[in-house]
Amino acid sequence: MRVSLFIPCLVDQVYPEIGLSMARVLERLGFELHYDPRQTCCGQPAFNAGHVSEARSVAENFVEVFREARVIVGPSGSCTAMVRHFYGRLFARHPLAAAAGDLSRRVYEFSEFLKQYVPADRIRGAFSAKMGFHNSCHSYRELGITDEHVAFLQHIRGLEWIPLPGEPVCCGFGGLFSFKFAPIAETMAKTRLDMFLEAGCDTLLSNDPGCIMHLRQEVQARGLPLRILHLAELLDRAME
Amino acid sequence: MQEPRAFLQRAAAKTRDEEHRLKILKAIDTYTRVVEQRKHTQFRDWRQARQLAARIKDDVLARLPELLQQFEERITARGARVFWAETAAEARQYILDLVARRQARVVVKSKSMTTEEIGLNEALQHAGVDVWESDLGELIVQVAGEKPYHIVTPAMHKNREDVARLFHEKLGAPLTQDVEQLTMIAREHLRHAYVSAEIGITGANFILAEEGAIVMTENEGNGRLTMACPPVHVVLVGLEKVLPSMRELALFLPLLATSGTGQQITCYNSIVRGPRQPGEPDGPEEMHIILLDNGRTELLAQPEFQHVLRCIRCGACLNACPVYRTIGGHTYNTPYQGPIGSVITPHLRGFRQWYHLPFASSLCGACSDVCPVNIDLHHLLLWNRHRAVEREHTAAPGWRLAMKLWAWGMRRRKRIALLRPWLRLGTKLLLPLLPGAQRRRVPSMAEHSFARLWRDHERQKSHF
Repeated sequence: MRVSLFIPCLVDQVYPEIGLSMARVLERLGFELHYDPRQTCCGQPAFNAGHVSEARSVAENFVEVFREARVIVGPSGSCTAMVRHFYGRLFARHPLAAAAGDLSRRVYEFSEFLKQYVPADRIRGAFSAKMGFHNSCHSYRELGITDEHVAFLQHIRGLEWIPLPGEPVCCGFGGLFSFKFAPIAETMAKTRLDMFLEAGCDTLLSNDPGCIMHLRQEVQARGLPLRILHLAELLDRAME
Repeated sequence: MQEPRAFLQRAAAKTRDEEHRLKILKAIDTYTRVVEQRKHTQFRDWRQARQLAARIKDDVLARLPELLQQFEERITARGARVFWAETAAEARQYILDLVARRQARVVVKSKSMTTEEIGLNEALQHAGVDVWESDLGELIVQVAGEKPYHIVTPAMHKNREDVARLFHEKLGAPLTQDVEQLTMIAREHLRHAYVSAEIGITGANFILAEEGAIVMTENEGNGRLTMACPPVHVVLVGLEKVLPSMRELALFLPLLATSGTGQQITCYNSIVRGPRQPGEPDGPEEMHIILLDNGRTELLAQPEFQHVLRCIRCGACLNACPVYRTIGGHTYNTPYQGPIGSVITPHLRGFRQWYHLPFASSLCGACSDVCPVNIDLHHLLLWNRHRAVEREHTAAPGWRLAMKLWAWGMRRRKRIALLRPWLRLGTKLLLPLLPGAQRRRVPSMAEHSFARLWRDHERQKSHF
């Protein structure tokens, strides 16, 4: 199967290794990959900041780039949600409306794609960690991704899965929110990280580069004994 | 100071208050545990219950004028007076006129967020009236000289020790941490208010069109005393609170009790159909119902926002909100705090001053998850942002320019590639100039973009 890589702007510019990890994992699983370097960003940062026309002008490029792609996979729950659920609104009464709407059926977040197209027993490897899963809010609420989507991780040797009580709680990232309202966002990160530390985790796994950036900054600033990994990074290392 | 800046300052101060953070987390943890359990014992299918409630409310909103007229006809037939207040000022004036006519010196109130919405306490005090809050939580914040912290639990931010100290200092009560004794102190304090008040003012949780009745739910019995003891009973209620008939209460009373406090049903539920009737021994001589619009019909006229009027003010979205839990209720400086407040306040009070509220959210969606009438609050917060920027032009010129530049660069790979080295250098040089908290929030760019690394990756593959 031919898979088109959807590399969000944050991965492209700040965490390219997350994108490369995802690509390596998909290659190992036998997928044929395609990456179109004309892609830039899905438009979400501006859309969530209220600047709709700016968001649309950037999203137009996304639709043009991916309109021929059959299956699109990206390492971010919130960027996937943007394309799947908000392009309809963004492109209402727009010449690209049909093409944009069509994308919603072909775009997958990484763990969604694995769950649907890869038998769980094909993902094997070893990685030593006491791991808690930080499901991003948009992944959980807009895409309906649950712990079940990453259940295949339980087959990885050495990985101790630590379930966290209750619903997933926001880490405080929220795009430009974490910049405009930095003190609130930081305290939210602290509250969220405390939950993982109290549960006894040494590794926090996430499927959203936004949460990862926000949480890594907080961990670094406070010198917390917690490693923050993207799902793709973990699988890449485990399957090596 | 401008409200948006003041908001950020209050928020920052609260985030530094570790005691506050832990107190609120603890209070809400207890709430969440009870409510999540109750949802399953109370309803066979919580999701269906909330969908049904949403449908009933949408039906109400579709024929609001008809239902309100029916309510008015039926309750006036039993001697109550109905006043349609278009604005907060009209509602206040109606009550002030009533106070003057009855020469009232003392007014007793039960908990009502709608009276907060119209700034009633301030107006009454300004007119020289003694105002007594009779709900325990409301009394606590009143004695403390504060505003309600939460729409359901106004004194959530005060624990037992805080209340003990407050009653000791302000009411001269003996210092005790026994909850029962603290309640007795409040009761003692309030008793004479009920008998000396000329007017009792309450809100209403629902009003019933078919029966021409108001419905009030409460846990302390203070609401009953407030509406039954004084000779005049005033009800201030938002016009969206109407239900077709008493039948719908079978769903809405347990729904509100579950989401509000995790109770099976609140302790006291009163249905009132008018003032004292001929031959009845007690009850108020006059009953006035003020139906408050104050921006609600404007919300109703917007297809995108109208379903926010389903809200039954249970407070569940406040408790679920990680931002509310972090900054607390007072930071919002509005009668309705948390997600519901950030959705409706810019509409009710103007975007110019209140546009920042929908931006003060991570859009996590926990609010929409818990809403018992299925309002997609976090999407409404986002639509509010769109409106603030695109229609109300509230974005600061700096942000507008920044977003325009960002969009220009992001439209084409060539432009990013061209700008990248400069941006990287720029952030390195400028970063130290930013204030501490924001400095940490600017990501440092990787040495090479993914686009560049992918080229290397592909070359290596073809090499092997």
